[in-house]
Amino acid sequence: MLILTAIILSLVSLFIGAIDIKPTDLLDWESQQTQIFLISRVPRLMAIILAGAGMSIAGLIMQSLSRNKFVSPTTAGTLDAAKLGILISILLFSQAAYMEKILFSFIFAFGGTILFMQILDRIKFKDAVFVPLIGIMYGNILSSITTFFAYEGDLIQNINTWLMGSFTLVISGRYELLYVSVPAILLAYLYANKFTVAGMGEDFAKNLGLSYKAVLNLGLILVAVISTTVVLTVGVIPYLGLIVPNIVSLYMGDNLRKTIPHTIMLGIVFLLICDIIGRVVVYPFEIPVNVTVAVIGSLLFLIMLFRGRAYAK
Amino acid sequence: MRNNILKLIILAVIAIICILLYGFYDIKGGFSYAFPRRMMRVGAMVVTGFAISYSTVVFQTITHNRILTPSIMGIDSMYQVVQTLIFFFAGSASIWVANQYLNYFTALIAMVVFAILLYRTLFRADKYPIFLLLLIGMIIGTFLGSLVSFLQVLIDPVEYLSLQNLLFASFTRIKVELLYISCAILFIAFIVGYKLLHQLDVAILGRENAINLGVNYDRLVMNVLVLSAVLISTSTALVGPITFFGLIVANLSYHLFTTYKHSVLILGAGLISVIALVGGQFLVEHVFEFNTTLSVIINFIGGVYFIYLLLKESRAAG
Repeated sequence: MLILTAIILSLVSLFIGAIDIKPTDLLDWESQQTQIFLISRVPRLMAIILAGAGMSIAGLIMQSLSRNKFVSPTTAGTLDAAKLGILISILLFSQAAYMEKILFSFIFAFGGTILFMQILDRIKFKDAVFVPLIGIMYGNILSSITTFFAYEGDLIQNINTWLMGSFTLVISGRYELLYVSVPAILLAYLYANKFTVAGMGEDFAKNLGLSYKAVLNLGLILVAVISTTVVLTVGVIPYLGLIVPNIVSLYMGDNLRKTIPHTIMLGIVFLLICDIIGRVVVYPFEIPVNVTVAVIGSLLFLIMLFRGRAYAK
Repeated sequence: MRNNILKLIILAVIAIICILLYGFYDIKGGFSYAFPRRMMRVGAMVVTGFAISYSTVVFQTITHNRILTPSIMGIDSMYQVVQTLIFFFAGSASIWVANQYLNYFTALIAMVVFAILLYRTLFRADKYPIFLLLLIGMIIGTFLGSLVSFLQVLIDPVEYLSLQNLLFASFTRIKVELLYISCAILFIAFIVGYKLLHQLDVAILGRENAINLGVNYDRLVMNVLVLSAVLISTSTALVGPITFFGLIVANLSYHLFTTYKHSVLILGAGLISVIALVGGQFLVEHVFEFNTTLSVIINFIGGVYFIYLLLKESRAAG
């Protein structure tokens, strides 16, 4: 079902846009339509698929490691930390090369998430709702630090391009970094069971012969890699990692091996729908995808919160 | 009691010093040009400070908590949603936008309805534990915030520019032309609100006790909600949303004044607001010469403070 929906939506995504392209146009290799198709539409679709799959998996990893349904890159400061990293790389090296941005963004995303996990360890009180509350505030603080330095360095517009997650600028040659998340997703699948065990707590994991620290670090590195690649190529896409794994676990339970494929597919479908909405509503202009995702995502999150505390445990 | 009055006087003196500093410091060129302009800004900040203080303190009393504030729940974003919707459906040329008073009162009615609905769903009969309530409140805030950006993209770009100029303010773009009507509203609200203060002192004891003591609790809650919605609309129209400001000043005031009297708490929070806003603006503009706006700094401090309050609360709960 999900796969079928994803395929249909992918086809829709390929054939809408400011320039009308019909499938028959593609028969002619030399035509302008084919060129646009290959340079803009296909990369865009690939970017949506990779970002959707990646962000959902990142959320899933974080949720099993922390054993909290509401922890995700959005609610643990990971995305905000990645943004701060990009800003600092621009401030330090006036002409930051791509590699420097990647490096800094990754270090910050990783460090920021580890810091959050450390804070969580210190807090005795682990209410399901309390943790994301702290996480969102932690992200807000990081984000206001970013805004502060961005103002000081006259970079506010520059940084706002990263605030706005959007697939508009994705053309071939500008999104290939996202493929880095493919091995990350594969690794996540291989280590799925270990993440679940590590989530049971350090003592429990050690009793089962698992090197707790290594698994935890691997999980967070995967999350940081995925977040960094998405933020750098597409921008911040909020809520995806929070909503998608939760919906899947509603109907599939929590066996990671089984839920990972579903989470990936649902993540892709969700992001495709949001992107298509953004492209159709103000056609021929576009609404940045992060705005659509934020509206739909926060609404779904609210419904989840209202629907019951029983489920939140 | 005497102690509290002394503290209030000290706060008032500091506030006046801040205002004078901001008004007279480093005035170059035409005094008659710069001074009135600065005073208008000060006026806007004073009105905002008192409006936010009043609405936050009374809101926290009727919801029996000291962390959640109207701004964190996104009631001020609601003002922007309403304005954008009016703009979206009626267009910039229509009377609903062109007539400032009509526009303001339409928005006001929508705000009051929203505040009452929010209260009904969330706070009636202690349905939700505090942390869940906080999270729901914050997500409602983000939802409304992103809804504003969504609707704004839907609007025609030319229309959008005029919407921005007409309706959206910030500390760097204070809507001084709204100052007189805001002052009038604040004045009326405070006269009406003054009568409520004693009832609010009783309301702290909880719904049942307050009713036993002869307070018409449900009507009090209604009045307070309407008043809060009016005041928040006023402050948002003047300087835009400032998420964590109410949280900081209200809690500082609880901390500073050992009393449950709302008159003292609100006056104290109002004076702290003036000090923070005018003094903060002075520091940002003249001392540090930051490019940053004051709200960025307020959000940073507020965020840290919010986490501190949460941790304190969690220790009490755990």
